[in-house]
Amino acid sequence: MQKLFRAFLRHPSGRIGLAIISLYLIAALLGILGITPHDPLKLFAIDRLKPPNATYWFGTDLLGRDTFSRLMVGIKQSMIIAFSSVALATLFGTIIGLLAAWWGTLWDGILMRIMDVLLAFPAILLALLIIAIVGPGTGTSVAAIAIVYTPIFARVVRGPALSLKQRDFVDAARTFGSSQPYILSRHLLLNLVAPLAVQVTLALAWALLTEAGLSFLGLGTQPPTPSLGLMLAESKNLMTQAPWLMIFPALTIMLGILGFNLTGDALRDILDPRMERREA
Amino acid sequence: MTPLLSVRDLRVGFGQNPAANEVVKGVSFDLAPGETLAIVGESGSGKSVTALSVNRLVDFGGGRITSGSILLQRSDGSTLDVAKADEKVLRTIRGRDVGMIFQEPMTSLNPVHTVGAQIEEAFRLNRGLHGAEAERAALEVLERVRIPDAKSRLAYYPHQLSGGMRQRVMIAMALASSPRLLIADEPTTALDVTVQAQIMALLAELRAETGMSMIFITHDIGLVAGIADRIMVMQHGLAVEQNTTDAVLDNPQHDYTKHLLNAVPHFTSGKAVRADNERTTTSEPIIRVDDLVVRFPVKKGLFKPKGAIHAVDGVSFDLMPGETLAIVGESGSGKSTTARAILGLNEKHRGAIAAKAGRSRRPIQMVFQDPFASLNPRLNVEALMAEPAIANGQKLDDALRDRMRFLLDRVGLPADVLNRYPHQFSGGQRQRLCIARVLMLNPDVVVLDEAVSALDVSVQARVLDLLVDLQREFSLAYLFISHDMAVVERIAHRIAVMYAGQIVEIGEARSVLSDPQHSYTKRLISAVPAVERRRQHFAVDATQVPSLVRPAGYEPPPANWREAGHDHRVRIEEIK
Repeated sequence: MQKLFRAFLRHPSGRIGLAIISLYLIAALLGILGITPHDPLKLFAIDRLKPPNATYWFGTDLLGRDTFSRLMVGIKQSMIIAFSSVALATLFGTIIGLLAAWWGTLWDGILMRIMDVLLAFPAILLALLIIAIVGPGTGTSVAAIAIVYTPIFARVVRGPALSLKQRDFVDAARTFGSSQPYILSRHLLLNLVAPLAVQVTLALAWALLTEAGLSFLGLGTQPPTPSLGLMLAESKNLMTQAPWLMIFPALTIMLGILGFNLTGDALRDILDPRMERREA
Repeated sequence: MTPLLSVRDLRVGFGQNPAANEVVKGVSFDLAPGETLAIVGESGSGKSVTALSVNRLVDFGGGRITSGSILLQRSDGSTLDVAKADEKVLRTIRGRDVGMIFQEPMTSLNPVHTVGAQIEEAFRLNRGLHGAEAERAALEVLERVRIPDAKSRLAYYPHQLSGGMRQRVMIAMALASSPRLLIADEPTTALDVTVQAQIMALLAELRAETGMSMIFITHDIGLVAGIADRIMVMQHGLAVEQNTTDAVLDNPQHDYTKHLLNAVPHFTSGKAVRADNERTTTSEPIIRVDDLVVRFPVKKGLFKPKGAIHAVDGVSFDLMPGETLAIVGESGSGKSTTARAILGLNEKHRGAIAAKAGRSRRPIQMVFQDPFASLNPRLNVEALMAEPAIANGQKLDDALRDRMRFLLDRVGLPADVLNRYPHQFSGGQRQRLCIARVLMLNPDVVVLDEAVSALDVSVQARVLDLLVDLQREFSLAYLFISHDMAVVERIAHRIAVMYAGQIVEIGEARSVLSDPQHSYTKRLISAVPAVERRRQHFAVDATQVPSLVRPAGYEPPPANWREAGHDHRVRIEEIK
């Protein structure tokens, strides 16, 4: 673990990505604890549409709420949704992919065709469909994003699992009489940690974007809880009078995605077995 | 006579700092026109890098020539220092002056073009031939490499040809430009022994026909005996000995050459078989295999009839406690499938495999060919060793760790390796680890599927000795699957020869090896390269293994056997 961290610090984009994510995680943590410069929901009626200044670092919105505080809570909201939806997608995707590869033939066909159907829809459209059925809310967003990204994990796991299944060490395990759960966890899953870790970081970036998109359309987080997409949506009518209302949430989304992408790239380089051998 | 190639103090390095990471550390040799030089050494000795420097292909693998000269006499009579030439000049040398054949005929041909198109391309690039001319030349060269029915083979794709055929196509492509020098980098390592003998015979004949020089790279000193004029032995990037073939083989000077000649298994036609453990008919066999049949279904589309590959067709044998039965045969003969069926890794179509209740719950264990693939790279030695025990209901406790340490020590690994990972071991050490691991369950039978084939020759010899010791100590029975007759001779008590899914000859090792009866066994044994046989001539023989794909419902005719002496049975061949 320490070795991994040090490798991150050596990697140029890993360093930047890790810094951005740390910053976001701190902001999210403070958001959860309620430690913000101002109350994100409080209306400072006399300070409406103030540009950035010493009191309100990122300015205030039409109702006089502090943008900076609202961004912190928005980051918290996005992070919770992104992490929990990706965790669910990883869990289900990995199970589906592993079982499809392990059982093979008919099960492989059935499971992977279902995944293909899910994958055929554009992410936002599929999420919209789910929300239209269940109704908007944080929980629905998590479920929708998780369902959208499950097939990607199923595919990422199935390919390598199919080739791992043919490897001699799996045959060797069978001759010892090892149980199926043991073979699946120790011999298949353990060798899939590297590709999964990369996929998880990249999926976090997409999930962040999808969540912002859903909120922007009014289908994700419901007001008055602040969220990045919602803030962007509210700002679009005031684009010329109060550009900071649009610029800061947009930058926050962009920087977050950049952070996860850079980390994912770095992780891919670091976990590459060819790199590993060079260090060993 | 001026040499065709003159290499002086060649040094080649790799990586960021080539001078510090030298792989070839000052090698010099001369090669006269028409002469064959064999470079012999184990993996990592720098033999391939030396040869690849001659046409500078080493540059593409990240190597850099740090000093030395490679003077090559070109076909127009000029002399060129390859070590200093630029890429543009080098391109005119490769193919025209220096041809090359590689180890893997599977990967060195382009799978999406027909072999005809690929040979024609060689003619177009090197001789400027086009259209019908190129086609005619391609046909001619395919006939020269003795490919039967050459005309129709031109339209074949590489996957439709066997390994030996593909290697012949590679040779044909190298010949397209009539090179003055042919570099052959382990050209027969991936091939079966009878195919290897055919390729070697072909190379010898072509050399006599064209008068080209050859650099032949190999790890098998017995193989080069028949073809090389001179031998250069390499170790750790240095040429430790070079001389004429007879001088090196009969009167080796350097310790390493002696080691290669003595420690390494050489085939002696049954003179070196084991003398221990006479077979007694009174004891009960530990495994009895009766009429084992393994088939793999073949689908041929919707309406066409389905057939099956008869991988193993009616195999019967028994294995006594403490005995080694070697199953020999070429790839595709069904020897590995037999082993896998005994372990339940392949489903059997028919037949009975009866194992006597043994010392443990899983009396049959298996060691695989590739020590790199048979250990999970993400688990440490402790987890790897514990797996068989845990799978059979034991707990990972101190007693189990003591047993691990005992077995690791017994197979010659240091005791403090429990926390290390597989990539920290060499190939030989890994195979020792695999052997220790199967002993964790205290089995009665160990199936060794080409267990020493992937190892370097001197490591191979030590692992074989270890196996023999362990067999006595733990009274193990071995089912030893191999294509290497020299290895089999060292370890087997009995030998079963498999051909096209059937056992054609089975019996006591000495009588099978010294007095082979079946025509296939004779062919197999005569094809084994040996230092002693260097003056024997092996004729090119293009016999193909029959296809094992049979129509649905096909049953082979029942086998008839005849006794050829004490414990030696031969399948009676059909008269065609």
